[in-house]
Amino acid sequence: MPSGVIPSPKTGRELVDEYFIENRTRLLEIAAYLDRLDRTDPSLIDHDYRVRAFRDALRLLDSGDETQTRVERIQQLLSDPTTEPLEKLDVKSARGAYDRWQLGVG
Amino acid sequence: MRYIDLHAHMVSRSTDDYVKMALTGCVAVTEPAFWAGWDRSSADGFEDYFRHLTDFEPKRAAVYGIRHFAWLCLNPKEGEDRVLAREVLRRIPRYLESPTVLGIGEIGLNRVTRNEIATFRDHVDLAIEHDQLIHIHTPHLEDKYKGTRTIVDILTEYDRIDPSRVMIDHAEEHTLPMILENGFWTGLTLYPQTKVSPERAIDMFERYGTDRICVASACDWGPSLPDAVPHFALAMRRRGHAADLIDRIIYHNPIAFLGQSPKFDVGVDSSRRNGAEKALPRSESDAKSSAGVAAA
Repeated sequence: MPSGVIPSPKTGRELVDEYFIENRTRLLEIAAYLDRLDRTDPSLIDHDYRVRAFRDALRLLDSGDETQTRVERIQQLLSDPTTEPLEKLDVKSARGAYDRWQLGVG
Repeated sequence: MRYIDLHAHMVSRSTDDYVKMALTGCVAVTEPAFWAGWDRSSADGFEDYFRHLTDFEPKRAAVYGIRHFAWLCLNPKEGEDRVLAREVLRRIPRYLESPTVLGIGEIGLNRVTRNEIATFRDHVDLAIEHDQLIHIHTPHLEDKYKGTRTIVDILTEYDRIDPSRVMIDHAEEHTLPMILENGFWTGLTLYPQTKVSPERAIDMFERYGTDRICVASACDWGPSLPDAVPHFALAMRRRGHAADLIDRIIYHNPIAFLGQSPKFDVGVDSSRRNGAEKALPRSESDAKSSAGVAAA
């Protein structure tokens, strides 16, 4: 992980003391979201690219290194990797993940 | 605390939001022309919008002691319609004479189509022709990396563009380096969901420093916070950062970029823009404008 050019005024221990509870909350929210999806339709991962991308992104939470942070890896996973412009406008708004598997949202 | 919100769509916000911003130290906003959430039906519709941005909104902001400046364009969400874009661009130059218009923006890309790129290039040409600052929107979510890459590649083809006069906004962790490495200014948008949280913005400042980076609320008609900048300042204090560092990010950095337009003025002596500044006076003319708006 890059050290940065403005040092954190807080130590690692202080960051944990200050922010652990709210990030624990976020972690449980994600877990509950996945449980909710499983409860309603456990096969979503096979036919909704957003769910598959989300699951793949979770695996990257443990993968930060010196060249790329966790956030950057997840953003790249969710991004359109193509370089050519679209010939014409398809939809007005982005959906949050790129369908690299051509799964659609069936 | 004092701050400048470099990106705020105030036409979508209530007067209560101006009060909230004034009470938290906002001294100026700049408002890029953008998508209304629906496509305008004609160039006349855009012209009415430009009149709103250059006439009514500065008066409304002045009621609360806030200076209001604008950027004009046909936004990327409507850039696919080339016929409409050409007609709107033909009408923009006369509004550039307005005393509160700082430049062309927020231009850019949405889904990165060939027509959007053509419309983007037309706007860049217009800005160059009229020696205007440029404010650029980068696409949302999965389109952000591709769109930002395309925008940076296009701009670096121009030999008449000074990157220090261009703000490429809505940067995130995966796009910020390519913007800064090419000499542009950039902005971190403090949105509740689709862009950057205060905590992530602080992480980026800690990693990359404060040079050529601003923060803004980009508050609009969607889920967004008109007081996102003071929330960022609060998060900075909670992380233990010093008051002068916060002041540099939320006040002096916007002045350094926007002050390249001779029209931008928040009561700071231009020769002292990186130092102490005079208090922002509330002029008699502002007060008169206030009365007019309040009566309406």
